Amino acid sequence: MNYDRILIRYGEISTKGRNRNKFIDKLRKSVRIALTTFPSVKIEASRDRMYVLLNGENAKDIIEKLKHVFGIQSFSPAIKVEKELETLKKMALHLVQSQYNEGQTFKVTAKRSDKTFELNTDEINHTLGGYLLQNIAGIKVDVKNPDINVRVEVRKEAIYLSCETIPGAGGLPMGSSGKAMLMLSGGIDSPVAGYLSMKRGLELEAVHFFSPPFTSERAKEKVVDLSKKLAEIGGGSITLHIVPFTEVQQAIREQVPENYTMTSTRRMMLRIADEIRKNREGLAIITGESLGQVASQTLESMYAINEVTNTPILRPLISMDKNDIIKIAEEIDTLTISNRPFEDCCTIFVPSSPKTKPKREKVNQYESYFDFEPLIQEAVQKVETITIKPGREHSQEFKELF
Amino acid sequence: MIYFDNSATTRPYKEVLDSFLTVSRNYYGNPSSLHSFGAQAERLLTQAREAIAKLLQVKTSEIYFTSGGTESNNLAIKGAAFRHRNRGKHIITSSVEHPSVRLAMEQLKQAGFEITYLPVDETGRISAIDVEKAIRKDTTLISIMQVNNEVGTIQPIEEIGEMLKRYPTILFHVDAVQGIGKVPLALHEDRIDFCSFSAHKFHGLKGTGILYMRDGARLTPLFSGGNQEGKLRSGTENVAGAVALAKALRMTLTKSEAGIERMKTIQNLLRTELSKNEAIHINTPVENAAPHILNFSVKGSKSEVFIHSLEEKEIFVSTTSACSSKKKSASSTLLAMGVPETIADSAIRISLSYENTEAEALEVIKAIENTVKRLGRVMK
Repeated sequence: MNYDRILIRYGEISTKGRNRNKFIDKLRKSVRIALTTFPSVKIEASRDRMYVLLNGENAKDIIEKLKHVFGIQSFSPAIKVEKELETLKKMALHLVQSQYNEGQTFKVTAKRSDKTFELNTDEINHTLGGYLLQNIAGIKVDVKNPDINVRVEVRKEAIYLSCETIPGAGGLPMGSSGKAMLMLSGGIDSPVAGYLSMKRGLELEAVHFFSPPFTSERAKEKVVDLSKKLAEIGGGSITLHIVPFTEVQQAIREQVPENYTMTSTRRMMLRIADEIRKNREGLAIITGESLGQVASQTLESMYAINEVTNTPILRPLISMDKNDIIKIAEEIDTLTISNRPFEDCCTIFVPSSPKTKPKREKVNQYESYFDFEPLIQEAVQKVETITIKPGREHSQEFKELF
Repeated sequence: MIYFDNSATTRPYKEVLDSFLTVSRNYYGNPSSLHSFGAQAERLLTQAREAIAKLLQVKTSEIYFTSGGTESNNLAIKGAAFRHRNRGKHIITSSVEHPSVRLAMEQLKQAGFEITYLPVDETGRISAIDVEKAIRKDTTLISIMQVNNEVGTIQPIEEIGEMLKRYPTILFHVDAVQGIGKVPLALHEDRIDFCSFSAHKFHGLKGTGILYMRDGARLTPLFSGGNQEGKLRSGTENVAGAVALAKALRMTLTKSEAGIERMKTIQNLLRTELSKNEAIHINTPVENAAPHILNFSVKGSKSEVFIHSLEEKEIFVSTTSACSSKKKSASSTLLAMGVPETIADSAIRISLSYENTEAEALEVIKAIENTVKRLGRVMK
């Protein structure tokens, strides 16, 4: 059976009021980007449904792509049928025959939004069900757990027939919630935090702190690779800001007692990230913090660190256990990259016994003997900004070798 | 010259050699080195792995580089057997496997494992039903080749994989060395846990191969050392070889649709023409046979003599498999198929690549007919 379209059901978008069109536009854009490799498809969006018209493109490959688009609740490959009973019967038979294996059960689920259609929902179920029973030897009805669920949607313009419903990725369409900066260290947590934020419709720009020669090129490469993964998930490009952090870090080492360096370092990072956010017109900062995981993520630490800004700090992992975070990292395929063994901005300069309960007064006092502001401004100015596209951009480097 | 011994090895593509040379010359860093020159080599290795995973439709993390088919087979079989020896010590395989499988099994037998060798029918095929019947409580591994290297019989991998979905704890290894680019294989759908490939059978270089290992499957490594390849295969990575392998695989699979059709035509031509000769008996089955191998016997002539006679005309074919032909023993596959020893003793294997032509086949047919006539006179 050749499907001619895929019917997409919106998730939470359908609960939106006057903003709905904006959400639908974003979703249409995401779908368009996800399907760029299929030039013939056409996307039709209406208030409560979206249709991807296949125009001869491969349904199976498109289904794979759609599974990862945020903002889709579920979708079904479908055929558009004229609103005429005999045609409907024939097409339904054709469709079920193509799916049917000996001994399977089925049911018909009709929905009728166009009340002018000659049959009502029950009548459609009965008529079609009877017709299928008569024409397919051995098929049985099971309304509780059918192997094949024939969905019939009678709408104003036509009837849509489909046999399977595939769950989508859920969430909100990419970029529908605005822009935020993601603190991306290279560890396991931050890419997961980025992923979860993207799922809720946030557009990300990543910020990474680079301290050569204390952290290596390879740590930076890790972050580039992680950003690429996130770009692939989102289907769009991701902006990565690489902050030269060596001088700030050295100043902290000289000015702040060892057990407070970690707290102070995080405060400086946050100040810099916030400056970049201002320049890039973002509205929040995302971190991969999980309560109590390490010394910098105790409530006392967060209280001391968070003092430097009143920008909302989003912590999608705050209540998650490490194992659950690792599970997501595996699913989104960032775990192996994060596990590469290179020093990064979080692992280097860790004091042997960092304060788990730092005090605001103390850290302010230590920082007051030195003016960090010029160093922070300099770091912000020297930020290296790269745009990371999904796909195999880095393979251009060695393209001819493969 | 006419090269009809492509199951022994193939001619490396020029583009493959170019890649190998460029990488060896310019990117000779060690992927494990911390500096950026090492990082560059690592990127190359990662990209090779990604490219291969994409071509085989599996995950990047499921591709491991090895030194070839023999190592992949040994690693999968011994590695899996030892890893799971506390769960059971029974392994199932066929009686027509390549020596790198068969002798690995023999070695395991000496280490206290029990091996069941499944018989084959007259076409060289095992049955999925026999596999299931052989399964015991302590069976941990089943190893079956995809395509037989001596006669070209295709084994029912899909059926076995389907059946094994009901036995989730049994590991399934497939030796696909002869099948890649010739017979399609769906690693994920066919529930395969381990699969061996060798680059020089598809116009890559000797000394490079792949072991596919499904995510979640476990092995005990055979080599101790620097824990490269996800701790599975220690030893400094052969980056140039891996890149060359990726290129060879891409070129092979892009050409495969047309290439397979072409080989089928040539194989049919050879079969039809050679069958006309009364002295020739075709050993390769008609059904379930790979498109690139045609095995036949010339009654009353020793295969080695026949090979050398063809060689005088610059036609290169082989006795049985290159790996066992030096031992001068009759083809074990043919004997397992129940072919009489005299016929097995005179077996010749023609094996094709996408590069062979019908014109070559016609010339070879003529040469074979002449040789049969000539040797017939002498041998009588």
